Amino acid sequence: MFSNYIFYFLSALALYSSVMVLLSKKPIHSVLYLTLTFFAIGGHYILLNAQFLAIVHIIVYAGAIMVLFLFTVMLLNLNKEERSPKPIWVKAAAILAGIMLGLVLIGVFRGYDLRLIQHPMESQIGLVKELGKILYRDYMLPFEVSSILFLTAMVGAVLLGKKEQI
Amino acid sequence: MLIFKTILASAILLLSLVVAMYSTLIERKIAGFFQDRLGPNRAGPWGLLQPLADGIKLFFKEEFMPNTADKFLYILGPSLTMLIACLTSAVIPWGPDIVINGQVFSLQMADVNIGILYIFAIVSIGVYGIMIGGWASNNKYALLGAVRASSQMISYELAMSLSIITIVMMSGSLSMRDIVNQQQGFNWNIWYQPLGFIIFLICAFAETNRSPFDLPECETELVGGYHTEYSSMKLGFYLFSEYINMFISGAVMATLFLGGYHFPFIDKLGLSPNAFAFVSFLVLFAKITFFGFIFMWVRWTLPRFRYDQLMRLGWKALIPLAILNVLITGVVILLNQ
Repeated sequence: MFSNYIFYFLSALALYSSVMVLLSKKPIHSVLYLTLTFFAIGGHYILLNAQFLAIVHIIVYAGAIMVLFLFTVMLLNLNKEERSPKPIWVKAAAILAGIMLGLVLIGVFRGYDLRLIQHPMESQIGLVKELGKILYRDYMLPFEVSSILFLTAMVGAVLLGKKEQI
Repeated sequence: MLIFKTILASAILLLSLVVAMYSTLIERKIAGFFQDRLGPNRAGPWGLLQPLADGIKLFFKEEFMPNTADKFLYILGPSLTMLIACLTSAVIPWGPDIVINGQVFSLQMADVNIGILYIFAIVSIGVYGIMIGGWASNNKYALLGAVRASSQMISYELAMSLSIITIVMMSGSLSMRDIVNQQQGFNWNIWYQPLGFIIFLICAFAETNRSPFDLPECETELVGGYHTEYSSMKLGFYLFSEYINMFISGAVMATLFLGGYHFPFIDKLGLSPNAFAFVSFLVLFAKITFFGFIFMWVRWTLPRFRYDQLMRLGWKALIPLAILNVLITGVVILLNQ
């Protein structure tokens, strides 16, 4: 099965690049590895015949959010490596929080029946037509309310960004 | 089928490379015409070998890499730009179906049902090559050019997407093939969406970094912008990908607004399917050439924008106009139902 090999390759790529996000010394490298992770996940969507989700994932995350990240990191010129080591209690808290998150995730996924998806190409749920029907028929209200939420966030950002007193 | 797709992919890649190569010559010829001089005419008849000579020169120039550059990213920048420039052509329908030995082949590499979104995705990741290259050079001018490129592209992507939404609303499909097939004869989208077309055209200039929006490489302020520290073929890749982008964006505009490969009365000629496909392809190519000429015409006519003017035009003129266009289209579609 050719698609199996692609799956293993993409999974390895996603894991490697997401680990490298944490291990990279320079912030720019972290951002670029995160972009690579998003591309690998987009590839997984295509393997599940969810072309629309894949392309929207790339447009939104790789094309918009990560470009803004990169832009900010460049503008602030966060080129230098982190000099001061973090205090010990921050490290301890981070490790503890990570372990707790890991436990929660294990607890959640233990209940799932993790099998290989048979015939992923027969599923039509990720195609734009089906997704549009579900969003605009079954989940009309939450969908529209979430757009208002985005608008509120945008107005708030503009308000905070304004320099003069209002 | 696989063999045909491979041949088609290679042919389109070769075509876009050759067209980009000769666009450099045509650009210089047109510049000469506008400034009342002859343009390059020494290499070969009418200067036809000039692009070849330029290419050889770029390949054999000394490779220089700044000491303080980030080595991997410095090489990745131009490679990524070139790769992304070549990716877009996959969803453009280059002509109607052709028939070989009774089998029907489609002159489109991938008829994905989200063709337009694919183009958006490629356009939106196109800025990475410039940003990575500009940052990795470790040069203030290059960094400024890269930062300018990213903010410019983000700003103009919005208006561009909003102007295409009207096309999607009218055709009810995201597939490039469906959109072309709905523009049979002279039923082109530009007659219904003149405002959307103008917005898209302006944004195409900004997305391809062409004058009057070529601020990322503005020589008078930034030396060479993001490619200040590049030399040899790495510089060549940056310059070359701009011409590929011009060719491909001309193809996208012809497909979305000027009816793709359709032309009035072309089906009345009584041609065989393959000859018909060939003539249709020539029609599409003529439209792309027309857009290429507009790109060059504007470059040698208009002065460069100032940076705040560029941002004001994007955010305060194009985006509101595009939203207005979406609203009007929605109302008209509702009234016609």
